[in-house]
Amino acid sequence: MKHLRQLEDQSVYILREAYKHFNHLAMLWSMGKDSTVLLWLARKAFFGHVPFPLLHVDTSYKIPAMIEYRDRIAREWRLNLVVGQNKEALAAGMNHTLGRDVCCTALKTNAMKNLVEERGYTGIILGVRADEDSTRAKERYFSPRDKHGDWDFRDQPPELWDQFKTTFPPGTHIRIHPLLDWTEINIWEYIKHENIPFMDLYLDRGDGTRYRSLGCAPCTMPIKSTAKTVDEIIVELRKSTVAERAGRAQDAGRGMEMLRKKGYM
Amino acid sequence: MTQHDQTKPQESLNIVIVGHVDHGKSTLVGRLYADTGSLPEGKLEKVQAICRQQGKEFEYAFLFDAFLEEQEQGITIDTARTFFIWNGRQYIIIDAPGHKEFLKNMISGAARAEAALLLIDALEGVREQSKKHGYLLSLLGVTQFAVVVNKMDLVGYRQDVFDGIEKEYREFLGQFRAVPQQMIPVSAKMGDNIAVRSGNMNWYQGPTVLDTLALFKKEQVRSEQPLRFPLQDVYKFDARRILAGRITAGRLKVGDQLVFSPSNKTAVVQSIEGFNVDPPPAEAQAGQSVGITLDEQIFVERGEIASHRDSVPLVSTAVRVNLFWMGRRPLEKGRKYVLRLATREVPCEVAVIHRIIDTADLAQLQESQSVARNQVAELTLRVKSPLAFDLSSSFESTGRFVLVDEYDISGGGIITELVHDEQEGLREEARQREYAWLTGDVRSEDRALQYGHRAAIVLFTGSAQTGKTFLARRVEALLVADSRHAYLLEGENLLQGLDADLSAADPSFASERVRRYGEVARLLIDTGLIVVSTSKTFGINYQRMAEMIRTLVQPAPVIAVHMSRAGEEPPPNTDLHFAGPQDFDAAARQILEELKKRGVLIQPSGTKTHIQYSI
Repeated sequence: MKHLRQLEDQSVYILREAYKHFNHLAMLWSMGKDSTVLLWLARKAFFGHVPFPLLHVDTSYKIPAMIEYRDRIAREWRLNLVVGQNKEALAAGMNHTLGRDVCCTALKTNAMKNLVEERGYTGIILGVRADEDSTRAKERYFSPRDKHGDWDFRDQPPELWDQFKTTFPPGTHIRIHPLLDWTEINIWEYIKHENIPFMDLYLDRGDGTRYRSLGCAPCTMPIKSTAKTVDEIIVELRKSTVAERAGRAQDAGRGMEMLRKKGYM
Repeated sequence: MTQHDQTKPQESLNIVIVGHVDHGKSTLVGRLYADTGSLPEGKLEKVQAICRQQGKEFEYAFLFDAFLEEQEQGITIDTARTFFIWNGRQYIIIDAPGHKEFLKNMISGAARAEAALLLIDALEGVREQSKKHGYLLSLLGVTQFAVVVNKMDLVGYRQDVFDGIEKEYREFLGQFRAVPQQMIPVSAKMGDNIAVRSGNMNWYQGPTVLDTLALFKKEQVRSEQPLRFPLQDVYKFDARRILAGRITAGRLKVGDQLVFSPSNKTAVVQSIEGFNVDPPPAEAQAGQSVGITLDEQIFVERGEIASHRDSVPLVSTAVRVNLFWMGRRPLEKGRKYVLRLATREVPCEVAVIHRIIDTADLAQLQESQSVARNQVAELTLRVKSPLAFDLSSSFESTGRFVLVDEYDISGGGIITELVHDEQEGLREEARQREYAWLTGDVRSEDRALQYGHRAAIVLFTGSAQTGKTFLARRVEALLVADSRHAYLLEGENLLQGLDADLSAADPSFASERVRRYGEVARLLIDTGLIVVSTSKTFGINYQRMAEMIRTLVQPAPVIAVHMSRAGEEPPPNTDLHFAGPQDFDAAARQILEELKKRGVLIQPSGTKTHIQYSI
């Protein structure tokens, strides 16, 4: 598992750089497989401790099992959990039938922006991976966002030799992406290697389907699969040529570029 | 073994694709994925559908040029990372932009690569960015690369065209001793010599692009080199005081004696810590992010480089470098920058711009006062305090650096030479002295606990008649009244005794007097005292004298206090500056506060004395 150790070493290095340079640092945790691996890597980097808060952007449309899992892990690992929600938009009746990009922007992007603004975070750690979609493939490990939270992909900072962008003008913040070099298979290989607890929604629980990517209940579809163990997931993924986020509605067309430009994760 | 175990990757390799704009880099990547069946299902169809909708011809490049703007302009703006698995190896393909506007993006891509493919258009031939990228690959340390001559279909697959390009480009590369592993004639659009051998160029016997990828070797492990462990941070989350960092070369073991540079402190590795690792490792090697504990709680900071004693890094305040500049504004002499080398950050200035290198013909341009965006130059840099480093010819990670201009990383470079500075002799003396220093059973930690403070030196500087001796006496008195162990080291007192053999009238003895003064200060510091240093300057200027004393008292903490009559600039690294007439009692109290802030004076916390080291 030499390549997993290399990925881990790089991610740990990035997490430690983030912790050293940002006084107001937080990590986004969606309870999905990627951000849970990210959380585990933080425990690796800081020797069993997680020295910053974990943010969960709750759209209120999450699958209930996800919330149970969140609260259990937060208790067991003694996490400082901060939950953010765009209550205004929800009170006004926001839901996916009003348009998926409208709904994602209101309940996820804006909820996160509010949280960042309210609490004054200058560094946000996210579990984004380059192989998820082609705009994420162009991300930096340390990626600046302007005063409006927007991403200027035309003018990204240079990043070389593990020297990252850690200084920035007031009012802006940096997104930190320690998992950029990981693939979906690497995530599962690592979950197995480290025996990381994950939600069983990712497994076939008898009906011949499982979730490959987890989001809001109305916009996330399970895939046909009989994988009942992590090993079986890995075997299935090696054979598959279907995109990971094929079950995520907001990715259709040019959706992801537009969403991410506006600050989507 | 199931069928899938055969395709399970054993290793991964980072490959960057570079070359002049429009020579077909993104097309090559698209083709490589399509021909190896590595595209996700539906991806080809989705992009083809978008093309139809926009009424333009499908190109393989569109598969990875993700941004709308990239597709509209038909150029790659930023580096994309994509993955594919072939023959038991996972390739991370980094498609770098070729347009000169986006050179910094190309550099970001190439800097993380272990091997490169450099594309040249057969019809256009060797162009400006073909040369620049070739040169930068060498500067970035990517020595493993192949040259791909693309669009052979447009020149009728003619061997003489290919041979001409090969000759010209090899000659160019030869000037900086770069040698490509292969030169491959291809057509990415038509699929010639990408994944399958072309029937159109039987005169070519070498490997295809895909074969060439397989021939690239995994980066040589740096674990056989001498140890380099740049300190990233010091953690105190629980009872353990953990020194964290990533080993950039060599290996370290429990029980090894480590030397930290530039402070010269030494300690023994007590344990290598981990989370969810059982049993804890006894050894770690290059590439690994680790945490260690030491047998003694020495004070070391982020940025220092730990090594073994028999192979320490170089230390100086000046270095000669090759640098490429990506800044929004030109690099200029006299402006302040921050140099970042491994985990060290230190203010620096450009001392000399030796020459600008024209990457198109490697010609030397006339002397210049500044380096423009996208230029490469040879410089001498001067840093504000001693920097531990290596030459890039012997160590990769500790031989290169970036320069930060305001908020932005704006330049990158490699160190080619150590530039000798005035302190070199004393620095070596201090280093050898610290290594050879013998101690009894009492450690400096034990003394600190007994005395209620760590040892340190309060170093006064300033011209004559500024009241520094007067203030120094106040500080000594205030410290002793506060039950601390302090001693005023007055330079005058050495003249009649220790310096009696040096003729007072002879100015050539001035440095020797300072050297002796510094060594006496070092000895007193080792007894656990807070040395309050004030002295006439023995006839050399106070800035130089302060530098010499600083070098000699390494690794003790120095609190530098400068006194001046009116608004003159204090020497570098001054901690407290008093200008004009002073309330001396207030100034003395301020110095004590600084000693507390720096963790020299231990604060009583409850009934137990607690030493705070992680400052």
